[in-house]
Amino acid sequence: MRAFTSLIRRDVALAVHVGGGGGMAVFFFLVTVSLLPLGIGPNLNLLGQIAPGLLWVALLLSSLLTLDRLFQADFEDGTLDALSMGSLPLELTVSAKIIAHWLTTGLPLVIAAPFLGLLLNLDGSQFLDLVGAMLVGTPALSLMGAIGAALTVSVRRGGLLASLLVMPFYIPVLIFGVAASGGAMAMPGAAHQALLLLGAVTLVSLVIGPLASAAALRAHLRT
Amino acid sequence: MPRVLRRARVEADVLTKSENAPLQLDARSLACERGGRMVFRDVSFSLGSGEALVVIGPNGVGKSSLLRLLAGLVDISAGEIALEGGLVDMRLAEQIHYIGHLDALKPAMTVQETAQFWSGFLGGSEADLGRAFSVFDLEALRDLPVAYLSAGQRRRLALARLLIAPRAIWLLDEPSVALDTASLARLVAAMEVHLSGGGLIVTATHQVLGLSHHVTLDLTAASVGRVSA
Repeated sequence: MRAFTSLIRRDVALAVHVGGGGGMAVFFFLVTVSLLPLGIGPNLNLLGQIAPGLLWVALLLSSLLTLDRLFQADFEDGTLDALSMGSLPLELTVSAKIIAHWLTTGLPLVIAAPFLGLLLNLDGSQFLDLVGAMLVGTPALSLMGAIGAALTVSVRRGGLLASLLVMPFYIPVLIFGVAASGGAMAMPGAAHQALLLLGAVTLVSLVIGPLASAAALRAHLRT
Repeated sequence: MPRVLRRARVEADVLTKSENAPLQLDARSLACERGGRMVFRDVSFSLGSGEALVVIGPNGVGKSSLLRLLAGLVDISAGEIALEGGLVDMRLAEQIHYIGHLDALKPAMTVQETAQFWSGFLGGSEADLGRAFSVFDLEALRDLPVAYLSAGQRRRLALARLLIAPRAIWLLDEPSVALDTASLARLVAAMEVHLSGGGLIVTATHQVLGLSHHVTLDLTAASVGRVSA
């Protein structure tokens, strides 16, 4: 347990020290969202209607941006060799890194989302739904993203490749996330079901993410 | 040819006695294939408690591959590795410290933070940490970020991991690189202490370390001979 928490602490501290992690993702989120009204036009009603969808798409893209950071630095400087020889199974080591990734990327994005919602004339009644859905959905982004990051860990500038690999797995999160946030795609009364399905997506990725990423990392370490 | 997997065989009767039960690391006709090329084959050695194996040979002969293979970081193509007398509930890799060419250091973290992290992750005590700092002369550097360290200082910090969490088997890949005479003497002293405490060391090196008792394995010939010093 001490190993698990010290790894989380180290990763969070590194992300805060070095920057380029959560800060960059939030900044990218802000830039994307503030560009959208310029492209779509100043129609407040239209903006308010599509705001949940826009926010989710921007959040997805922002979190993709940070994936290459997840394992690559540790792989390149040999830290991953030492981590794989710790008392923790690699699956748990990977889980600790994923938790740290969510704390430094997913959580700041969720916190920023309502403020960016203001820029898009998001309806006041939707703020809580949006934040709730994002809290449930963003862990899945870190968990699924880890698989892509682990598969491309030895590829230089593998971030883009990781994004391509991971994008299809993000689609369920996007669909159910937008529906649970009361977006344009939602049917009346369907938000609750969508939230449950979003939770299911997160739970499934909670099982698959660490297992698959650990397997991918092992394959890379052994070549 | 049947593929023999790595296995850490542990004799139960030895284990029940104490943690300091004599260790025996046996490698039998190991072969390593990387990227479709046979790096070495038929490497065998047997190493007991308090013994060091010095692996020598020209560049590219497979010294690093042998160490990574022992650490479980590379798959064995043939042969087997067996450890007798280790801790029964631990994987082989958990009883090994592997210090390779890459130093596993983060420029943004201070020396203290780095050591604290490894202590937490590998499960060392506060006393071990203090000892590691004094043995590798890192006290004065405590609050310095790793980014400002010289190559030799980085090496010493990387090597400090050996003492931060005690483990029976040390695998050192050219540990003397970038070390000055005084630091090398400190390293050799630490290795001697580890050996006299019943530990095992396998080290690849181009330099004469001056260990008092060791066995030399020349990978060019892949034959084991005893060297007395």
